[in-house]
Amino acid sequence: MTVVLSAVCITILIVMALAMARAFNAKTVYDRILGVNMFGTKTVLFIAASGFLMGRPDFLDIAIVYALINFIGMIAVLRFFEYTAPIE
Amino acid sequence: MLILDIVSALLLIAGGFFGLSGAIGLFKFPDFYTRVHSASVTDSIAVILIMGGLLLQTSFDINTAKLLFIMLFLMLTSPTASHALAKSARHGGLASMAEAKMDEQENNNNG
Amino acid sequence: MAEFINLALLALLALTALRIIFLKDLFSVVMLFGIYSFLSASIFLNLDAVDVAFTEASVGAGISTVLMLGTLALTGRKEKASKHSSCLPLVVVCVTGAVLIYGTLDMPPFGDPNNPAHQHVAPRYIEESLKEVGLPNMVTSVLASYRGFDTLGEVVVVFAAAIGVLSLLGIRRQKDELVADTGLKEHRVLHVIAKLIIPLIILFALYVQFHGDFGPGGGFQAGVIAAAAFILYTLVFGLKRTFVVVSPKFLAWMASIGVLVYACVGLFSMFKGGQFLDYNQLAADPIAGQHYGIIIIELGVGITVFAAMLSIFYAFESQVERSNVQ
Repeated sequence: MTVVLSAVCITILIVMALAMARAFNAKTVYDRILGVNMFGTKTVLFIAASGFLMGRPDFLDIAIVYALINFIGMIAVLRFFEYTAPIE
Repeated sequence: MLILDIVSALLLIAGGFFGLSGAIGLFKFPDFYTRVHSASVTDSIAVILIMGGLLLQTSFDINTAKLLFIMLFLMLTSPTASHALAKSARHGGLASMAEAKMDEQENNNNG
Repeated sequence: MAEFINLALLALLALTALRIIFLKDLFSVVMLFGIYSFLSASIFLNLDAVDVAFTEASVGAGISTVLMLGTLALTGRKEKASKHSSCLPLVVVCVTGAVLIYGTLDMPPFGDPNNPAHQHVAPRYIEESLKEVGLPNMVTSVLASYRGFDTLGEVVVVFAAAIGVLSLLGIRRQKDELVADTGLKEHRVLHVIAKLIIPLIILFALYVQFHGDFGPGGGFQAGVIAAAAFILYTLVFGLKRTFVVVSPKFLAWMASIGVLVYACVGLFSMFKGGQFLDYNQLAADPIAGQHYGIIIIELGVGITVFAAMLSIFYAFESQVERSNVQ
């Protein structure tokens, strides 16, 4: 089981790295926001999976906080775009 | 408990596969709105499969409740976030690929 | 496996920092700072520092991003190109970095149990904490009981920060009839989802507050998460409606009451014959006294942090709405 969990952790790390790469080279500013949002939700999965891998499932509180903070960040970004127009 | 382990491993591997395919689609798809769809694949089905696999690993205690809470929260908020992002891009004037092509054809016809 | 994850996360952190330096669009910088904060919280998790990761996630990725976006709505979005060449700063940074790395060569190996840091006070806390304080979460017992005076200083610093922001920016209230209902008006989906999510967030904040004795959590994190719930309400429904729910005067009272509660616990222990913040005097049984003391001061910390964060957000947001209402 630890082999499967390690493989899943590494896969989620690769997905996070790909989302970050998208956030780094973004064609439009919305692509950047998409990358950051995806990074946040993948971090939730990563914490849950690695918590089970290391045998310390009390990390799940932090996963809940991440999911929350990611959502609030997205809404703040949306509100920001209601006020200012994107530069492109 | 072996059958639970096998099912859990299958769910985890399937979740990893969907996550990876969604992330690769983030680079392969041509237009922003299609990329939103690709990212939302990782947010919905990959979360359900991976969390489902982890749920089968817990013995029925508080971690089960926390995992269910995370799943419920993510199921409520990730589609909303994708919707909000796409709507905000629409309001900001980002044209989809079909509209950009139509605009180009009009310019070629007029100019 | 843990070292590999550590290395991967640190490499991603360095890449993010490098990318941030070369970006001129401040909005993208704020977004990438969100990623930076998530990554550093993951690194803290990998090092088994769960409480710190909690605080970093909620404050760094949540509140800071929202406040910086509010500032960006007031100022411009592009950073001005610097006119001078960056040769001399690069030399200074390289020399300083080399000197620092040379300084760390003398340090004891990382995580070695014979390090001086693990010799004097730490073993005593680890061995005696369960007998003297009786809480499973050792971080809370150190933070709230053994180093309670330092935590009082932290709460006063948060309170002072709120006073500073309020005296610099102030919360501008316009005449209620004149101001329009700001908020995301056409986003019906967001209205429904926000109304569903906000009670869950407040419930989770209360859970974190009172569960801090047994798992990660405590007053600081709970205050920030509760403030985040009201920030979400403000972002979706507008500042005018939030002032009806939680008015700035109420927040001023709450911030002061939190600090007062904390200090009064200390004075009460002195009144009972012990020293300042000596919880053993609070009840007949010392362990019960410790528990009472820790719960009450964590409540004080949570109340003050909630009021301070929300006041700072009100100050920023009222400026933004004043100049940007459409």
